[in-house]
Amino acid sequence: MKKHCFASLTFVLLILSSAFAQSASQLRFCLRSEPKTFNPLLVEEDASDTVRYLTGGVLVRVNRQTQKLEPGLATSWKVSKDGRTITFNLRPNLKFSDGTPFSAEDVAYTVRQMMDPNLHSPVGDTFRSGDGNTEAKVLSANKVTITFPAPIAGLDRLFDQVAIMSAKSPKKEMAVLGPYYVAENKAGSYLVLQRNLNYWKHDASGRQLPYVDSVRLDIQQNRDLELLKFLRGEVDFVNSIDAEYFDKVTAEKPALAHDAGPSLDSEHVWFNQVPAAPIPDYKKAWFTSTSFRRAVSESINREDLARVAFRGHARPAVGIVSPANQFWFNSRLQPHPFDQKSALQRLERDGFKLQDGVLRDRTGHAVEFSIITNAGNKYRERMATMIQQDLAGVGMKVNVVTLDFPSLIERITRNFNYEACLLGLVNTELDPASVMNVWVSSAENHQWNPSQKTPATAWEAEIDRLMRAQASTLSDKERKQYFDRVQEIAWEQEPFIYLVIKDALSAVSASVQNAHPVVLRPQVFWNLEQFEMAQQVAEKK
Amino acid sequence: MKRARTFAIAFLALVTLACVFAGIVAPSGYAHQFRDIPGAGPSRQHWLGTDDLGRDRFSRMLYGTRVSLLLAPTAALLSSLLAAMIGGTAGFAGGWYQRVVMTATDLFLSLPWLFLLITVRALLPLNVSPITSVVITFTLLGCLGWAAAARVVCADARALRNSDFILLARASGANGFRLLHRHLIPNLMPVVFAQFWLSIPVFILAEANLGILGLGVAEPLPSWGSLLRELESYSSMSSSVWQFIPLLLLIAVVSCFHLLMTDRELPV
Repeated sequence: MKKHCFASLTFVLLILSSAFAQSASQLRFCLRSEPKTFNPLLVEEDASDTVRYLTGGVLVRVNRQTQKLEPGLATSWKVSKDGRTITFNLRPNLKFSDGTPFSAEDVAYTVRQMMDPNLHSPVGDTFRSGDGNTEAKVLSANKVTITFPAPIAGLDRLFDQVAIMSAKSPKKEMAVLGPYYVAENKAGSYLVLQRNLNYWKHDASGRQLPYVDSVRLDIQQNRDLELLKFLRGEVDFVNSIDAEYFDKVTAEKPALAHDAGPSLDSEHVWFNQVPAAPIPDYKKAWFTSTSFRRAVSESINREDLARVAFRGHARPAVGIVSPANQFWFNSRLQPHPFDQKSALQRLERDGFKLQDGVLRDRTGHAVEFSIITNAGNKYRERMATMIQQDLAGVGMKVNVVTLDFPSLIERITRNFNYEACLLGLVNTELDPASVMNVWVSSAENHQWNPSQKTPATAWEAEIDRLMRAQASTLSDKERKQYFDRVQEIAWEQEPFIYLVIKDALSAVSASVQNAHPVVLRPQVFWNLEQFEMAQQVAEKK
Repeated sequence: MKRARTFAIAFLALVTLACVFAGIVAPSGYAHQFRDIPGAGPSRQHWLGTDDLGRDRFSRMLYGTRVSLLLAPTAALLSSLLAAMIGGTAGFAGGWYQRVVMTATDLFLSLPWLFLLITVRALLPLNVSPITSVVITFTLLGCLGWAAAARVVCADARALRNSDFILLARASGANGFRLLHRHLIPNLMPVVFAQFWLSIPVFILAEANLGILGLGVAEPLPSWGSLLRELESYSSMSSSVWQFIPLLLLIAVVSCFHLLMTDRELPV
């Protein structure tokens, strides 16, 4: 009898465990490095940002597909007329992942933490608008108002990055309001995120989100291995892949490759215009000449760069803003055409002469300069080599120099011992406020001539004025008018010669349902809470 | 062994001839970009297809081999001479001088030379032509590659210093210069020569490694390093078998050098 009971019990347990194993769904993908922090206010790099996105609950969320702002923990919000104050009405009866109740106190606590100068929060830095303290006032359990010392343009959208922390939970930042919480962290190897049973969001049919029970994030620096794992079915998607990997996936499993169109990331080349740079004066005169820069720009075949260097997965760039940025892109602008005749005419008007295939300036110096780029980035190396051949067509001799990244940064930020540089900009924000640190002449990242005390040129002064005007105006319409003009000046003057805009490429396994890759980061998993595994769908049916 | 040596000589001669007359043999210039056919397979016009920028791979292989085959032996000669001078004099002089020189050599050997090369390369002027950059790269390789060979030469010179015939020459009143010139250097030649042959493939591979890091020979000049960069990632290693031909050539050339070297060592 005892034996019979034991056998029955084992049988029941086996059935239960197999049923459980079938229903527990897991999504897997790779992080390219280990997250440096789980504190959402200290996030600086991609891996931590991924964890924050999947675990953090935010008051408002930018819908990565529509690029519009949607309610999150806040059901509604209002920005004051002076642009300094924002008031949030919060969802009632919400709980953190550990069961601690959520209230306006938590929002106030998070804001105070974020603006604490001792914490050095990178998220907090985006809210620093002027001298003075930021005040977070709890009006009721579900209403909070935050007042900043000075107006902030696009204030509400900035809260997309602010994951609310609990003021009372003993688990501190590990208590979260997002769809998942960190359940396991094996340093250097993997992370497991478990479904947050207290997550507030439900689908249209009333079913609680997220659908997938857990997410396993394997830490894998080698992109070859990541792709191999994907092709073998060991990971479910690759969030952002380059053109060659994309072609590889397309060749092997075309249905899994996704091209969401132009991304926000651009590649550009610029000439060193720093007055104190250790380069000859006659070269400085070339580089500060608008005609010279425009001629170089017109001599570069951008269509070829996109087609050859990026295997067709890029398109000619127009300027500061990618066409993917639906609201802020100035659609009146077009990419500079490839026209070497026009370039030569422009150069001749500026005193240059083409003699026996060599371009010389008015003092007889042959036009020769070097372009530096970072070693190991084959797309940039390819572009530099193609530019070398294109510019040879107008008699310019270009030396391509690849440097390790620290050496390159040393040259472009400290000793300014370079002539031209080819690099890219990774944009994560849509708002022009995010490029203030590049386009204002006093900014450190104003790469062609950084940290100017007063603007070196009239057009830089004009850009400064327009950028400040757009930053202090609350009307989006007015801001767009200012920023459109900035884009036009940048297009005319070309301190950055924009080359191409890369496509947003990704690969998603057929086992993942409801994935709709977009151009904004995170490209694939922006709606991960709605992902369902094919197995789950089949079981449901 | 003789047959293998003959084969090695014939192969190296053939490769050298093809490189020297690359201007005639190559179907197009090494830098010309046929942008309409990037990454094309082999055809009548392009025997080994084209690279990512549409450049004829066969032409680039010929010119690249010329660069590597001309400059690797030059760098090997430079490093062998340095090794002979530093190691030979230390071994012959002995005493504190030998200890100081060998300690310095050991320190030099312990340097992470690849990072050193990258750093030195980054400190060089930017506006140099591709030809100058390749000369600089190999000169650096030659200047930094002497230490291991110097230890071997030093050990050999020390053994020679204590040998009977040197003692006899010393007893017969031969001065230091005569000892070096008539007795030590001729007897050190086989080991220096062996180090020279050994260094050639090492430098070829070192340049290839630097090339893979993007720090070797400047574009558009090809070298074996830049040709091998096509194979650096899994995605590039598609079904295009012809991409492996530069790698096979590198292996064949290095093997031939080893064959020659092994054969020279036998009578010693």
